[in-house]
Amino acid sequence: MTKRLPSIISKLSPLIALAVMVLVWGTATGLQWVPAFMLPSPQAVVKAFVTDFPLLMQHASVTLTEASIGLLLGVVLAFLLATLMDCFSGLYQALYPLLVVTQTIPTIAIAPLLVLWQGFGMAPKITLVVITTFFPITVSLLDGYRDADADAIRLLHSMGAGRMQIFRYIKFPSALGSFFAGLKVSASYAVVGAVVAEWLGGFEGLGVYMTRVQKAYAFDRMFSVILLIVLISLLLMWGVTLLRKLSMPWTKKEKETK
Amino acid sequence: MPISPDTALLRAEGIAKRFGDNTVLSDVDLAIGKGELVCLIGVSGSGKTTLFNILSGLMQPDAGRVYLRDEEITGRPGKISYMLQKDLLLPYRTVVDNVALPLLIRGTPKKEAREKAASYFGKFGLSGTENKYPDKLSGGMRQRAALLRTYLASDGVALLDEPFSALDAITKSAVHEWYLDIMREIELTTLFITHDMDEAVKLSDRIYVLSGHPGRIAREIPVTEPRPRAHDFSLTPEFLAYKRQLVL
Repeated sequence: MTKRLPSIISKLSPLIALAVMVLVWGTATGLQWVPAFMLPSPQAVVKAFVTDFPLLMQHASVTLTEASIGLLLGVVLAFLLATLMDCFSGLYQALYPLLVVTQTIPTIAIAPLLVLWQGFGMAPKITLVVITTFFPITVSLLDGYRDADADAIRLLHSMGAGRMQIFRYIKFPSALGSFFAGLKVSASYAVVGAVVAEWLGGFEGLGVYMTRVQKAYAFDRMFSVILLIVLISLLLMWGVTLLRKLSMPWTKKEKETK
Repeated sequence: MPISPDTALLRAEGIAKRFGDNTVLSDVDLAIGKGELVCLIGVSGSGKTTLFNILSGLMQPDAGRVYLRDEEITGRPGKISYMLQKDLLLPYRTVVDNVALPLLIRGTPKKEAREKAASYFGKFGLSGTENKYPDKLSGGMRQRAALLRTYLASDGVALLDEPFSALDAITKSAVHEWYLDIMREIELTTLFITHDMDEAVKLSDRIYVLSGHPGRIAREIPVTEPRPRAHDFSLTPEFLAYKRQLVL
């Protein structure tokens, strides 16, 4: 019991911090320290969230679809690329610097280009999500493959294992931990990437909705969209954590004993 | 009693290996008979591990040949199983899946491989650990699981590279007793690297001393003490006499 107490406190402390911040926010707006048109009160944001809920869900489903498809394609691309790069060191040396360079290109700058090339539909959004998500996953997979125990690989060689078997029994499982670390980062990038792409051109999605309420100076609705984007990102990240626990049962058992 | 080349199960002839200008092994001959437990003892840098890499087929020698029964296996891995100093149980596989790994690599169907692996758990004192992950096991148990995996990987001959050196003295002594018992039962022919002279005399039928630079077999000492050896064998004058021969 005494041992559990600190862990409960550590879990509660961010919630307490959040509550304090909302309280300060509520007081500041309630006492009109800040004019309501500049900073809406928490109640107004919640109210906007509730009244706009059907509309928000409609846009959210579009954004979520783009983010999910993009993330999925990003994972597939990253897996293929990282695995090939790990197999052929020449490819690794040739592509790794280019991969880093792709990350220095601002997404804001390529999004309008993608719209020009692919139109106003979902395609440019998905492309942008793929571009932003595949990099962290590729790098984490590559690191994971390289971290595989050289002695374990030697042991499997001595058992007569071939390249595929070494990949299957050693490299892939060794890389899973860092793969999920990369996936978690990418999951949060995916939603933001989709929203940014929508913002820069499109007919539906949370990014489009955002530009509309912004132009109407409806700050309460603006805040409610932001809130929703945060919730969706958290939900995706939580999904990744769940997936990690399911596919890496041995790490869970380790924690239980500690 | 030296093993004649005709009756040997594992045989190496004229093994030599050079890395750049550094000749590590030169003209190493050895022969191990079926069911024998032979130790290879030598100071660090005498080329023990290089020799093991060559015997297991992981490395090509510059000269010489390795035979298993009458088949030449020089540079061909997968014939002789090799257990390294670290137990190398994969943390992400349950104990039974770790042990079944060599069978899976040879193409045995998963279910069959698991059943075969599990059937040895009692004999190796691992009952009840089948579906646990290796981090739940004690050091001694991990070593036994690794040995079982080595046994299943073998085609009768196993090379063990300082398998017990990471264990504490008390665990080590218990593992030795257990190890000699199990060896008798499974009839595994073993070549064993150690730098612990007590361990070598206690366990072996024969001891090869690898020394010099480049390393070669300097002496071959048969340990004729009958088996099972008494618990206090290591306290007898005979034991000391064997040790003296090693130090010479």
